[in-house]
Amino acid sequence: MEFLGLYNYWVFAVLLMTGLYAVMSKANLIKKLIGMSIFQSAVFLLYITMSKVEGGTAPILQPDAVDQLYSNPLPQVLILTAIVVGIATLSLGLAIVVRISEVYGTIEEDEIRELDGE
Amino acid sequence: MITLFGVFVSTLLVITAIGMVRSQNLFGAVMLTGLFSLQMAVIFFILDAADVALTEAAVGAGVATVLLLSALALTSDEEARRRRRRWVAMTVVSATTLMVIYATFDQPRLGDPEAPVHQHVAPWYLAETPRLIDVPNVVTAVLASFRGYDTLGELFVIFTAGIGVMFILADGREKGRLSLLPSPDAQGLRHHLVPRVVGRLLVPFIVLFGLYVQFHADFGPGGGFQAGALISAGMILYALLEGESAALRAVSFQALAGMIAGGAFLFVAVGVAGMMLGGHFLDYSVLSSDPVVGQHLGIFLVELGVGITVTGVLLTIFHALSARVQRS
Amino acid sequence: MDAGLDVASWILLVAGGGFIFVGGLGALRMPDFYTRMHAASLTDTLGTILVLSGVILQAGWSLAAVKLAAIMVFLLLTCPTAAYALANAARLAGQRPQGLARHQKGC
Repeated sequence: MEFLGLYNYWVFAVLLMTGLYAVMSKANLIKKLIGMSIFQSAVFLLYITMSKVEGGTAPILQPDAVDQLYSNPLPQVLILTAIVVGIATLSLGLAIVVRISEVYGTIEEDEIRELDGE
Repeated sequence: MITLFGVFVSTLLVITAIGMVRSQNLFGAVMLTGLFSLQMAVIFFILDAADVALTEAAVGAGVATVLLLSALALTSDEEARRRRRRWVAMTVVSATTLMVIYATFDQPRLGDPEAPVHQHVAPWYLAETPRLIDVPNVVTAVLASFRGYDTLGELFVIFTAGIGVMFILADGREKGRLSLLPSPDAQGLRHHLVPRVVGRLLVPFIVLFGLYVQFHADFGPGGGFQAGALISAGMILYALLEGESAALRAVSFQALAGMIAGGAFLFVAVGVAGMMLGGHFLDYSVLSSDPVVGQHLGIFLVELGVGITVTGVLLTIFHALSARVQRS
Repeated sequence: MDAGLDVASWILLVAGGGFIFVGGLGALRMPDFYTRMHAASLTDTLGTILVLSGVILQAGWSLAAVKLAAIMVFLLLTCPTAAYALANAARLAGQRPQGLARHQKGC
């Protein structure tokens, strides 16, 4: 079942590049922020996929079950903090976009560049 | 069977992401963001990451959608149509996708217990947690105790985001004092009867569930981040239903500022207390005569600090964006 | 008894899944916004109740069953409210039902 085992990593690759494409080539600032959040979610998927152990369960120790395999708790801890950091950066980015929209009147990057250039 | 379901949801995830990027209507893209977060939460749960699934559902599908919608209300709803296609970006992106896919063939099979990632620190955490900390939820133990420094740093990242948003969006006209006051006739959804009644019925239960998640971090999926997101979601619901002014009368801006600073201060205070009682910074074992009880106390206080700050920051960001909507 | 419980929960789960599928089909194929929303919201509420009842039967008398019942009550309250809020917002935004002619007041 190697295909199923690698499928999550392929989904990670596609999501990563989708997010990167949105950040690179979309002119709308909020689209760029959405692309950034897709990129971050792809990385979360990679880490949590690596943490899964076959036949394991969530890493909450059950005292009465011996020989129980547990999935790796360390990537889960890292991604837990990463999710909240992601929302923090998203909200800061949204605040900046709101201010840009008030000052320039638009959130399209090329129009802002034109307004700045003159 | 569950792997097939996981494959199905992963495919849906890719379709949703492509839909988000291609959609021209930004409102539709934001709604798809909420859907994307929910699908990520399902995949995390299938991959045995219960804590992470709870956090992604609460933060991504709940709070992020509200913040994005508030930002959309202040900017424009539609993306301008592009004339040219970006061929260079497309080729670069496709080439990199193929390279990453080629690189994934070297990865160990999904779930392989002999993979390198499961060999070094993780078995130590799983083996030593019952002896050193005696807490069933290993993720909470690692987050709050073994890797407490990382959590402290991350708490200060959220703190910085909160005060950053306050500085960027506050109205400076109030004589040098940061003010986020909305206009006095902010009505909210007061004249819509059914959502208002049902919402007001549900808000105490949402906050109660948030508190449950906060204090049961030791025994099940939970902790400060999830609890902060849930409690702030309940209060955001109240603010949406009753209007900004009523919500700021209930939990004033000074209280929110106090919460943001107080939670971070509590975390650092626990660390410094550890130093003053003879241990290292963030050493919980010295907080009580029995080191295991000291660890429990330390984890409880630290998670409480995280929950308070996350609640304060998310509510502040919401009020900052929403007060601006009211004013414009 | 066990087999009876299994059969009952099978029936409930399949019926719930069938309702949700019909709701999704209606949300795609219906011609107008209000009919689409009607199809999606009503069937989703009933389908969720059936699916959760099937899972509660499988959980037996345990804490998990109480939590599932609490989730069911919560969804029973919020699904129809969300549908109402959506329809109300569409009506206030000026979305007219498709069958109404231009001069008819309707709505």
